[in-house]
Amino acid sequence: MTEEKFDAIVVGAGVAGSASALRMAQKGLQVVLIERGPYPGSKNLSGGVLYGRVLQELIPNYWEEAPVERCITNQVVSFMTAGASFNIDFKNQAFNQPPYNAFTVLRAKFDRWLAEKAEEAGAMLVPGIKVERVLKDSSGRVIGVSAGGEEILADVVIAADGATSFLAQEAGLRGRIPTRHVATGVKQVIGLPREVIEERFHLTGDEGAAYTIVGYATRGVAGGGFLYTNRESLSVGLVMRLDDLVRTRSRSGEIMEDFLASPAIAPFIRGGKLLEYGAHLVPEGGVDMMPQLFTGGMLVVGDAAGLGINSGFVIRGMDLAIGSAIAAADTVVEAKARGDFSAQSLSAYQEKLEQSFVMKDMRTYRRAPHFMENERLYKTYPELLARIMTEIYDQDAQGKEHLLPTIMKSLKACNVSLLDLARDAVEGVRAL
Amino acid sequence: MKRMTVPEKLGVNKYELDEGNPHIEVHEEVCRAECPDLACLYVCPANVYSEQNGRIQADWAGCLECGTCQVACPTEALHWVFPRGGFGIIYREG
Repeated sequence: MTEEKFDAIVVGAGVAGSASALRMAQKGLQVVLIERGPYPGSKNLSGGVLYGRVLQELIPNYWEEAPVERCITNQVVSFMTAGASFNIDFKNQAFNQPPYNAFTVLRAKFDRWLAEKAEEAGAMLVPGIKVERVLKDSSGRVIGVSAGGEEILADVVIAADGATSFLAQEAGLRGRIPTRHVATGVKQVIGLPREVIEERFHLTGDEGAAYTIVGYATRGVAGGGFLYTNRESLSVGLVMRLDDLVRTRSRSGEIMEDFLASPAIAPFIRGGKLLEYGAHLVPEGGVDMMPQLFTGGMLVVGDAAGLGINSGFVIRGMDLAIGSAIAAADTVVEAKARGDFSAQSLSAYQEKLEQSFVMKDMRTYRRAPHFMENERLYKTYPELLARIMTEIYDQDAQGKEHLLPTIMKSLKACNVSLLDLARDAVEGVRAL
Repeated sequence: MKRMTVPEKLGVNKYELDEGNPHIEVHEEVCRAECPDLACLYVCPANVYSEQNGRIQADWAGCLECGTCQVACPTEALHWVFPRGGFGIIYREG
């Protein structure tokens, strides 16, 4: 391996890494894809809803062969308190038609398949090897990596090494990650027979449901919960902003247990069997946390590039990862044609990303991280909604009031002024 | 579902243990001298860190490799790298 020089080395066979290796191999480049796990996907974890439209560009009608779980037709947002929950429940059959909006996936299966597609296209997959460091020439240009005690050389290294990206850090593209820019995702996969899942979530065939849960799910820690249906299991978990976990001295494992035992979740998972318990960092800082995306001989993609969007309704990452992978791969193909892998030449990656949906969406939701910092979102509003709904349904034989005074009283009880409400509503609409 | 403790949950997972090669080292003296809140003791979803006989221990075998502790640690006390290739947590679901 040491004698040969590749066109590109991709570090990390997650969605971003395999997608970029696949794209470059499709265009005839010599690509090596290095994965530290024993097989692609073995280190990877997502919620995981894949908004897969962008994958069409790499693998037309991918759903016909990809190990996808269920097609998401039911989208639910739930505002949760200790004993109550207020749901916005949206079901649309149009989501169940090609080219399908979203699927649940389990990464150990999905990533393995995607890496195989890259291999079929001609990329060389090397699993079970950890990249220790990047190699640079005397001018500071990245020229390869050191992995498993060997030096591997290439014109370009693509860092697809995930949210903790040590490669981007080592190449000087980013500094230490601040706690406010990441969230800790904790997830359990719980096995249940498919008929039980379909009955509990009102699903037909391979339809699926995706719940996002705000409020008491995280016991007031900034963040939220999720509950997704797979074919024969449920993916249940929490995403909690790390600065808030530290500030409140919270134990993520305990919050998780309380969440599973809550009346909103317990009936869904009853009788289930724990198949796996996992955790992963989630980039949540938005545009502000993105590192420099290129330097001479190197590009950064996916989670490593800080590409993640949490709008409260949807949590996205894998689609942005694929979008960035395509932009990076095309940049490398063009750089090879020019025979120029300098930072100047590779800066085309930034432009491609800006023109694609990736940076458009990152900029559209640039206020979302700030909006999501608003405590009222996790603590006050779920309580407020629960109070108003309880007043509406509770027939206490004391004489009912009209809706308006009921709302005004609830606002007062929850310490929310009309000004707060108006301000948050305006900010919410602008952020999302 | 019955309540489960974190160690019980980790027991369901698959790991390839790299015996004798810890991927986490805690420089205790730095924690003592510099760390205001010892966040590692509570933020880790796998409860890797604990205080035993007044010392911070890392039970690295159960690590989920999320990196939470590394970002949360405000000092240079934590030397945290990924396990050697092929070792550590092996997700079968993911």
